[in-house]
Amino acid sequence: MWRYFAPAGAFLALGALFAFALMRIGEGKLDIREIKSPLIGRQAPTFVLPSLTDPTRQIDSHVLAGKPYVFNVWGTWCGECRAEHSALLAIARQSGVPVIGLDWKDDQQQAVAYLAALGNPYAEVAADSDGRTAINWGVYGAPETFLVSAEGVVLEKHIGALSIAIWQQKFAPHLKSGGPS
Amino acid sequence: MSRWLTLFALALVTTAALAIDTEAAFPDAPRQARYERWIHELRCVQCQNAAIADSPVGLASDLRRQVKEMIAAGQTDEQIKNFMTERYGDFVLYDPPLTARTYLLWAAPVLLLFITVGVAARVIVRRSKAPIDSDPEEAA
Repeated sequence: MWRYFAPAGAFLALGALFAFALMRIGEGKLDIREIKSPLIGRQAPTFVLPSLTDPTRQIDSHVLAGKPYVFNVWGTWCGECRAEHSALLAIARQSGVPVIGLDWKDDQQQAVAYLAALGNPYAEVAADSDGRTAINWGVYGAPETFLVSAEGVVLEKHIGALSIAIWQQKFAPHLKSGGPS
Repeated sequence: MSRWLTLFALALVTTAALAIDTEAAFPDAPRQARYERWIHELRCVQCQNAAIADSPVGLASDLRRQVKEMIAAGQTDEQIKNFMTERYGDFVLYDPPLTARTYLLWAAPVLLLFITVGVAARVIVRRSKAPIDSDPEEAA
């Protein structure tokens, strides 16, 4: 008898597993495209890049040391970046942690116009025109947001559009002052 | 039949023509071969189901540039592999390393082979014991 029930049972178990995974994806709790960053718990990559707003000035990541900062990778070509922009503005205003932008393979003039139109959440924006700094940070799709500690260690990474809820859940617990609520 | 074979062969030719690089990265064969091997070994983490050799997205071309520069600088395979996995994790490799997390992945083909052989052996033994002229439906 079991020879009829065993395949049916196996089929049902597999179906249940797939249904469970699909529901988790649908609820946004499971992202099958997400790659866990090997950088978490390690020293953040260093960079020296021209400032987006003043290309004659270099931004050296060493000057960021000593206090935590948020590192946000974006581009004007990136739709999800537009979606997270208001959240970034709120976080920059209320969290007390500076947001450093990495403008990834972007057109300089368009990027400046984008920030002028939507507001500038960034304490500094580094222009990564050839994409090398993004590779060093293991970036594979904007927007990506990192939290770096005062000691320069990567504490957290979020892939995809940031929201206040995600900030509260993933980033704020790493900081003493909670940030926007 | 031969017409279908011809069509199939033509389809293969067009697939090859879709490769992204239009010219060789290196003038010499050994380094070009290494370059080709690496760009087929590395996953395009942005599009995820293609190697960086076959992907038109910007990140894939940046990573091809990275591989080319590292080979040109005389870096070893180990150095290239470490550079990529330190940034993108083992997922970037199409040939995942044998670690505690991937034991099941690597053992799966052998396990499946054992299960298949076991089931097949059971069925063969049982069938061989059944009378030859009996109806299989009745025997079951």
